[in-house]
Parts: sequence; C-alpha cells; structure tokens
Amino acid sequence: MDLKEIREKLQEDWGDLPSFDISEVVSKPYDPKLGEELYDPKKPMANRITDIGPPYFEQFFPEVIKKNYGKWKSHEIMEPGIIKYTSETGDVVYVVRCGSPRLITTDTIREICDIADKYCDGYMRWTTRNNIEFHVETEDQLRALLDDLKGRKFPGGSYKFPVGGTGASVTNIVHTQGWVHCHTPATDASGVVKAVMDDLFEYFGSHKLPAQVRIALACCLNMCGAVHCSDIAILGVHRKPPFVEDDRITGVCEIPLAVAACPLGAIKPATVEIDGKKIKTVRVNEKRCMFCGNCYTMCPAMPLADMDGDGIAILVGGKISNRVSAPKFSKLVIPYIPNEPPRWPSTVKVIRKILETYASDANKYERLGEWAERIGWERFFEKCDIPFTDKSIDDYRLAYDTYHTTTQFKWSVHTDNL
Amino acid sequence: MADVKKHDTPMCDELKSGPWPSFVDDIEQKGLQGKQACLDLLGQLELSYVHKETHWKHGGIVGVFGYGGGVIGRYSDAPEQFPAVAHFHTIRVNQPASKFYNSAFLRKLCDMWDHRGSGMTNLHGSTGDMVLLGTTTDQLEPVFYDLTHQMSVDLGGSGSNLRTPSCCVGRARCEWSCLDTQAICYDLTQTYQDELHRPAFPYKFKFKVSGCPNDCVAAIARSCCSIIGTWKDDIRIDQEAVKAYIGGELKPNAGAHSDRDWGAFDIQKEVIDLCPTKCMWMEGDELKIDNRECTRCMHCINVMPEALRPGTDTGATILVGAKAPILEGAQMSTLAIPFIRMEPPFDEFKEFVDKIWDWWMEEGKNRERFGELIQRQSLQEFIRRAELKPIPQMVKEPRSNPYVFWSEDEVEGGWKRDIKAFRARHAA
Repeated sequence: MDLKEIREKLQEDWGDLPSFDISEVVSKPYDPKLGEELYDPKKPMANRITDIGPPYFEQFFPEVIKKNYGKWKSHEIMEPGIIKYTSETGDVVYVVRCGSPRLITTDTIREICDIADKYCDGYMRWTTRNNIEFHVETEDQLRALLDDLKGRKFPGGSYKFPVGGTGASVTNIVHTQGWVHCHTPATDASGVVKAVMDDLFEYFGSHKLPAQVRIALACCLNMCGAVHCSDIAILGVHRKPPFVEDDRITGVCEIPLAVAACPLGAIKPATVEIDGKKIKTVRVNEKRCMFCGNCYTMCPAMPLADMDGDGIAILVGGKISNRVSAPKFSKLVIPYIPNEPPRWPSTVKVIRKILETYASDANKYERLGEWAERIGWERFFEKCDIPFTDKSIDDYRLAYDTYHTTTQFKWSVHTDNL
Repeated sequence: MADVKKHDTPMCDELKSGPWPSFVDDIEQKGLQGKQACLDLLGQLELSYVHKETHWKHGGIVGVFGYGGGVIGRYSDAPEQFPAVAHFHTIRVNQPASKFYNSAFLRKLCDMWDHRGSGMTNLHGSTGDMVLLGTTTDQLEPVFYDLTHQMSVDLGGSGSNLRTPSCCVGRARCEWSCLDTQAICYDLTQTYQDELHRPAFPYKFKFKVSGCPNDCVAAIARSCCSIIGTWKDDIRIDQEAVKAYIGGELKPNAGAHSDRDWGAFDIQKEVIDLCPTKCMWMEGDELKIDNRECTRCMHCINVMPEALRPGTDTGATILVGAKAPILEGAQMSTLAIPFIRMEPPFDEFKEFVDKIWDWWMEEGKNRERFGELIQRQSLQEFIRRAELKPIPQMVKEPRSNPYVFWSEDEVEGGWKRDIKAFRARHAA
C-alpha cells in the first residue's frame, strides 16, 4: 500500500478525528490565555476535548519520505552518522544522526527547529535511542549541514549536536531520569551517561568496533530504561533493606498492599506501641530482602535510598536483534560500584575496559554477548580482569537454567591454582 | 541576566566539560534567561550529588479530569531551598508514530511549555512519549486544554493503562520493513484510546511495532505484545550485487565497519558460515538460499543490503509477555502467532488482543504483568484462552519432565472409575 491508500483506509475508521490535518490548528500562534478561557473548574466537561490520540504521522514526513514511502531500495553509511538511502524511484535522502542528552530544554528544541528550517524544510525526527535525525537531499546541503552542526557548542565547550551513532559504534545511551526527576533511583542517570559518553566519545563518531554496542542505563530495578537486553547495562541498585516508618505507615499506605508487594514474602504485618497507642505496621525479614524496592513503590513509608548502600551494577552481553543468535538477556558481571558523582570514575573505567577488551578480541559482526559465549564466561572474566563473585550466580527464579552441568569448561585464572 | 537566583553547583558544573552534549549547560542557560525552575532543578541535583540520594518525594496523585493517566505527580523534598521545583509534575504527550516532526508543531509546543511549565523536556521517554517535565497542579488542566485545542494532540499512558504504542521508522525510510509500522501504531492507539486513558487493567500493557527482526524499537524485550515484521516467501537476490560485494566494489554491512581494516570481504566467512541455519551456499559465482530452512535472522541481508532484500509476502510475527525484572524476573516475548497479515483495519489482530485482554482482566492479579500471568498459569493456558493452535515454533525444545496436566476429557473413559471392578481384577 502507498501512503494515500493507507490514509484512505484509516480515514474510513478515524476520518472525523482532528489528527489527520492539524496544520490549521498549529499554524495559529500559541494563545497563552485560551486555556483559562476554555477550562471552567465548576464545569469540568465544558469545552473538553478527549481521546483524539496523536497527530497523524504522515503530515510530519519530509516530501522525499512521503514520495518514496515503501519504495526504499538500499542504504549506505557514507561515514559515521551519515546514511544515504536510495529509492527505486532514483531519489536519494541523506540522514544525519546526532547524539542528544534526551533531557533537553525548549531552547534546544527551538535550535533543532532552526536547523531543520534552514536545511530540511522544517522536518526532523527522533530515534528510539534519543538521537536526532536531519534529512537532506543533496550532497551540498549535507556538507553545509555538517559544517553548521560542528560549530554549535554549549558555553562549556561540549558539542550540541555530535554526529555519529551508526554502524559498528557506541550509539546513544538510552536511560532513565535518575536524581533529576525520579523518586526511586539508586543512582543518577544523566550525570552517569554524560560521564560515560564523554569517555567513549571516540566510539560514537567512528566505526571501529566489531559490531554495534548498545549501552543502556536504568537508575533502579524498575528499569524504565529496559536495560535487560543491552550489550552493556548500567543499573542502579540498592543494598540496604527498607526503613519502616511506624509513625507514618498507616497514613500513607495500605498495609496488605505493602505485604503483597514483596516477591519473597519478607514483609509481614505487625503491631507496635507508640505513645501508648497500638499501631498497625509491618516488619521486614531483612535476611530475605533482595533490595528490589517494590515495597517502596507501593508504600512511601518504606524508603530504601542510602548514600552508602546505593550504587551501580554492570550487566553485559544482552541483545535485542534476532541477527545470527536469538535475543539475549544481559548478565550481571559486577554486582556493585559506589556512586561517585559527578563523574563516576570507577564505572567509566570498567565500561571502557570491557568495551576495549571486546573490541580487540571479538570477530567481525560478533556482538558482545556472542563473543562472551564463544570464549566462555570464565575467559570473559579473566580477559576483562573482573573478579568473579558469588553475586554473579543466580539464586532467583529459574536459577538452575544458568548452572553449568557439563565437564566441558576452560582452564582460566580461576582454576590455575588447583 | 534575568532576575533569577543561581545556586552554587560545583559538581554539576563539572559536567559542562567534555565533548558529549552537556545537559547541565543546556539547563543552566535556560535558567539564566529567566527560568528559575531550571536553576532550582540544578540546585537540587547538586544536593543529590552531595547526599547521593534523590530529593524527589514519593508519588502524589494528580491528573486531568476524566483521565487516569498521562500525568505523574512529583514534589521536591526540599521546597524551601528550591521553591520553583516544589511541584514538578510530568506530562506525557502522545508522540506521532516513529517521531517525525515539523518545526511548526514543536515550536508551538515549546511556546506552550515555556508559558505553563519549566521548559524542560525528555525527547523522548522510554515508552516513546514526548515528556514535559515540571509544572504545577494548577497548570495541568490548562496544559491539557492547550494540547487538545491548540495542538490537536492528546496525552500518553501511565499507570495501569495501555501505554503509548510506539514503532520503528518502518517503510517511511527503511527497505527492510515488512510492515506499515506507523499505520499499525496509529490505528492501535486510536482504537484503544479508552484503555490508554482510563485504567482498567491489572497493570501496564505495551504494544511495540518493529518492521523486521532487527527490531529497532526493542519490541521483543519490552512490550507485552510485540509486533515484528517478517516474510513468507524467498529473500530477493540481486546476483550482480552479490558479485560486487565479492569483488570489493560494495562495502559490506553498508559501511558499518569502515574505520578498521578487517581485510577483504569473504562471503564464505562473513555470511555463509555465520548463517544460523547454514541454509546458504555458493554455486559458482551465484549465491543460493534454501529459503525453507531460513529463520529470517537478517544477518545476510544486513551484510549485503544491495544484494539481498526480504521477500514481498509480508506480515507480522506476534510475540507476547516481555517485561523488565520487577517482579518475577526479566522476560522476553514468547512466540504466539508465527504469521498474521497486518492491513487496516487489523481485525484479526484485534480479535486476538480482545481474547488475551479478557483472560488477563479476568485472571490477572493486581500489578501482574501479562507475561507474569503466562508464567503463573502456563503457556498452555495462554494458548487455550487465545484460541491458538500449539505449534513447535512456540518452544525452544519440548519439555524434559513428564508432568503433563491431562484433562479428563482427553483420557478414554474419563476419570470416574469403579473401584470394585478394579479390585475384581486385583486383590488388595
């Protein structure tokens, strides 16, 4: 189907929605008073528009994308960050991919719009990994755009729009909110990402690695960033059991929900006496706690955060793509690194060590997890110089699936003294 | 300089140097131009860098009238020090499918957000929404009216709702896409507006759409229902281009390895030997593929994009149940439907969704993800409730224990037996 057929078919069902053409609405300047004029707290349904969904995608496609929808034939990464797509119609489009910290201000968005207006007829796109993509149709426009991007820097000297993130590179780190905006984190997100990407910057703008390396950060086990299938995962972890605020708990949470929140049954109802009054609360079997934080999610009177307890775990070898081998989970190789704001030097150092060991040892096309499986995990720990601890042995659900039940293993530093 | 108060933030300031874009510089510049919330945000972050603990309070239920999602309450636990971020709620705005924009739309959104909020955003949140970070409770309704009346855009999902569906770039710019990913994403989002805005599920539910098995939106790892493009016919081969790769005129993997000398391209070593099913071989200078044996992993196509393309008889593979570790451990999606056509109005797919939602809403426990329900009640139960046919593609291997839950109607004569007749044959 071409775009016209798709739109006609969808409009059979959704044609009365405003989303198919928002150009007239958007062309009017923003009216800062309209919200208060239309919304009446005494009549909350008055003037209320609901369930209109997102704007229809096609109106945000650049012309060359509209014209060649479904007709793309091949692509070529001309240099890191620049992809040339060729259509069956003979049309080409050059895409310039730029890194972004994801946490950006409206002023930066306006600057992106300025660039899009100048070179791309006002269109731009974001990728799933928070990169910004600009589309141009000629090599001259491409070179002018690249020159322009290179010159845009923040006052402190960092690039506003570094070009890269294609092919066998380290592309942008998907990440969560951390201390900037979340109530459950065990580490920061934006600060750690900035520190790691500063250190690995050469790999963002080059194609030197055996394959792409996807790094992701989640600031607690909730994993809003879904780091569980990443080549290198940076995960915020707690290591101290929750407090129980007896004098507050009944007012802020339902005790049965707090009890049910624990996947290990470590939370039990309890009664305590405060100022002669019996109060319903909970007690935690601390030896059973695995520090998942689910109790705090359900009950604000059970905080876990702690400056000495919290830090970072490193998991490696996950992947999403079905290419060659099936998608894989990331595996925990370093259980804890302390939080070291503002630049997290220990975390940065160990990630570089893992990345460079992989880069020098893996075969072409081999993802980090495929490499670790080929050489064996004993060899992975040996080569990366990471101490193996019992924390890397699974003792949760389905743990048995990870045990080694064969006499086939490799001699490594772990067995050399036997 | 505008009339604002900048906090002393020596640790945050260290994150201004280095080549990667500095969020600290961006936020500080915005603050110095008159947004106190930006400077207070950095001040509070500095305090977190000192304490190594967050300074955001737990929860706070806020929202807009009639919706049970899209807004997340957030309050500072140091409001006296940082009054401009005392209330700092998040608003999720439903992104257009695959995140193309024009500047007119984004500029107006920026004007609105500068007026009603902090000017801080996430482009984008992990689920895919445009995330507006930081406003006060009294601004929530006006923001919603501005979004719907002046921008024609709605809120995204949060809480025990359908979360905002998302998709890859699809046929808009990728020759490998087997699906109209944007059309699917748009149609599902519109079909399930009620589920997206009004919590009726045990917990969150996610749809993600990737056009091919490279899975650029990570559907298989992070969606309850993963829709991933595939094809049934043969990989298209351009033998002239195959020769050009062998001859070194074309760069393998579209140039993805350009900054390192990996030696001359070797089709045997780099393509044929890496094929997981070993279904490819050379006959003279022609590449042959036994397509019946192919599992469509995309490796050969990724390495030789000018020579190989997915087939043209396309549809989706549907997998279900992915989630991050909380609570029962991380799961990837499990194969449910090997192949389904995906064309508007997607009726067959939606019938499947209705069945699995009925099961989950009936049987799912509070805060139990769909994948956890499958774990608890079994893949067999899922197959029954979804009215699917069990096929070997659903498992990596058959079970190795013999503990089969036979049902009475599967066993000849049923389970009601006469003990006297048994004892007549066998003395006690």
